[in-house]
Amino acid sequence: MGVIHGEEMVLNIGPQHPSTHGVLRLKVKTDGEVVSDIYPVIGYLHRSFEKHCENVTYEQVVPYTDRCDYIASMNNNLGYAVTVEELMGIEVPEKVEYIRIIVAEFNRIASHLLALGTYGLDVGAFTPFLYMFRDRERILDMFEMVCGARLLYNYIWVGGVSHDLPKGFVETAYQFLDYFEPQVTEYNNLLTYNKIFVERTADVGVLPPDVAINYGVTGPNLRASGVKWDIRKDEPYSIYDKFDFDVPVGQGELGTIGDCWDRYWVRMREIEESVKILRQALKGLPKDGDVHQAIPKKIRPPKGSIYKRTESPRGDLAYYITSDGKPKPYRLKMRSPAFTSLSVLNKISKGWMLSDVIAILGSLDIVLGEIDR
Amino acid sequence: MTVDLLYDWLNETIPFLSGNDLLLLFAILIPALMLFLVIAVNAIVLVYAERKVSAFMQDRVGPMGQGVGLHAGKWGMLQTIADALKLISKEDIIPKLADRKLFIMAPFIIFVGAFIAVIALPFGESLIVADMNIGIFYILAVSSFGVIGLILAGWSSNNKWSLYGGMRSAAQIISYEIPAGLSLVTVIMLTGTLSMQGIIQYQSGGIFDWIVFSSPFSFIAFIIYFIAGIAETNRTPFDIPEAESELVGGFHTEYSGMRWSFFFLSEYANMLVVNGVAVTAFLGGWQSPISGYFNTAGWGIFWFISKILVLVFVMMWVRWTFPRLRVDQLMDICWKYLLPIALMNIFGVGLWTLIFG
Repeated sequence: MGVIHGEEMVLNIGPQHPSTHGVLRLKVKTDGEVVSDIYPVIGYLHRSFEKHCENVTYEQVVPYTDRCDYIASMNNNLGYAVTVEELMGIEVPEKVEYIRIIVAEFNRIASHLLALGTYGLDVGAFTPFLYMFRDRERILDMFEMVCGARLLYNYIWVGGVSHDLPKGFVETAYQFLDYFEPQVTEYNNLLTYNKIFVERTADVGVLPPDVAINYGVTGPNLRASGVKWDIRKDEPYSIYDKFDFDVPVGQGELGTIGDCWDRYWVRMREIEESVKILRQALKGLPKDGDVHQAIPKKIRPPKGSIYKRTESPRGDLAYYITSDGKPKPYRLKMRSPAFTSLSVLNKISKGWMLSDVIAILGSLDIVLGEIDR
Repeated sequence: MTVDLLYDWLNETIPFLSGNDLLLLFAILIPALMLFLVIAVNAIVLVYAERKVSAFMQDRVGPMGQGVGLHAGKWGMLQTIADALKLISKEDIIPKLADRKLFIMAPFIIFVGAFIAVIALPFGESLIVADMNIGIFYILAVSSFGVIGLILAGWSSNNKWSLYGGMRSAAQIISYEIPAGLSLVTVIMLTGTLSMQGIIQYQSGGIFDWIVFSSPFSFIAFIIYFIAGIAETNRTPFDIPEAESELVGGFHTEYSGMRWSFFFLSEYANMLVVNGVAVTAFLGGWQSPISGYFNTAGWGIFWFISKILVLVFVMMWVRWTFPRLRVDQLMDICWKYLLPIALMNIFGVGLWTLIFG
């Protein structure tokens, strides 16, 4: 008997599918269960972010940045604010810097919790997802305390923040951190070291460091491949140079360096590092100070352009702004980390099974709002 | 057995019809209706239990009634009934390009597969619809009948997800029949009978006379049977045929309303059958755990059902704890681990009976 050649079938995953993390569509060529080619189709959530920005003032861009990576709005706000401030040469008060770091790191924890929880869901574990959402909920409650919104904050403005921290915020934050730190152990017991979870993710979808760099993959996905690159450490913005924290990298603990499990594990470790930063930031937070004093009355950056990158939970989030001296940006471009992460999907998931493709896609932690913009 | 008793009883109570075939029909239909009731109640209870168990494991409260107006009863106990009403009143959708006949047939075939297995389950000393002398063999044979329905559902929906789900479930259920059957062979070797009641009679006495504790090999056999049982009922970590994060809904992607609920009904009926066989073969069936006490007919039903519910709880516990396996890993577990262990186990039981038996 010779080898039986089956017919290849094109499977259309999405745009309405439980685990495409938004409205992503994947055209997957399959031979039985084995996937031979993947063609991601994007653009279902395109809202012309960049073109919109050319028609609104600099202040009005902030809510638009919220809606790009809606899982980590604070970090998007922060990146934009830092960029415009550097273009205008604004110095913000120390208190504002601390508040920004606190909310940004809280948002990083919330974002990673969502990424890890839905990743558990992608490989079929339902319970860890709800555990992580339960804890994420408390962070969202704190954001509600701070700015009244739970998802799209519009909190970090150019030159300041919209509201001062409310009374009792620091105590609530400490309470949350005390409660949250032991929870990480619970996640590890429940999901991270689960035999089936390790079988499903270790050695699967290995992203070698050179491929990652060639494709421009950044953030936890790059660090999981063993490359120690974190903008917070290597090109510090805001006051990240004041804090003491590690940059976790993938070590191939249970498989190969750069596999799905490493990408998961790096995020879990980053949560712990964020907790470290938060404790330092809450300790150093100045009691007095006006959060509005540095906000300019009119934002009219001088002629010129700037490219500034910051570390969002998904990687290098960069804004390129060209100003012609008018109140509206001449051109605004956003470099989205999830977009580059998605581009590597075809490269690393060829030859794996359909279930693995879902696992690999989940481990890249994409947000479609940011990819389509 | 019950049918014969019922027939005799009907003959005596309705003398002017005695000997009539109509009475035989009644004698067959009455237990069948009873079993349908058992399956329906079973599904209602288990769906509610699943919701509550998963809720408590996930730090939620699950369905709760508020006590005012239209609500799902105290602690949401009427939730499943509300669900069933909703499903009945839903529009019956059959996709245009589906194979209409097969599409309509598939849920019923699956349900029949689960239903005809229940008739050989001994709920009590005389509470068994058909006490065949090949009872356990019969259950093994008919419980793979449902696979045909799954494949039909997957194929006739004319949907790629359904096709994947149908193919996966066919491979999975047929594979796991083998370790399940082999682990039951050890029980048959010990008891020397294929009859369900015979196996239970063999285990009469206290908890230590149950087959699961009678030798280390039979304990292993019980574990193998239970794992294979989880796989046969398509539950996590073996729920790859309907893996919702990959295959949307698997073989029942295109089904909705009452047709869909038949898949659900038979999933829970299958759980009843699989755990019923496990209880019968390994845990003493309707026998009381304490020798000589609580051994009346009423207690028999209680013991049988509560033992099943304990195993069902373990299944739910597993479901809400573990991630899902991949297709090849699923096959690996079956063919590379469970099957060799089950084979060695038969050998071990043989030696054990030779030396200690």
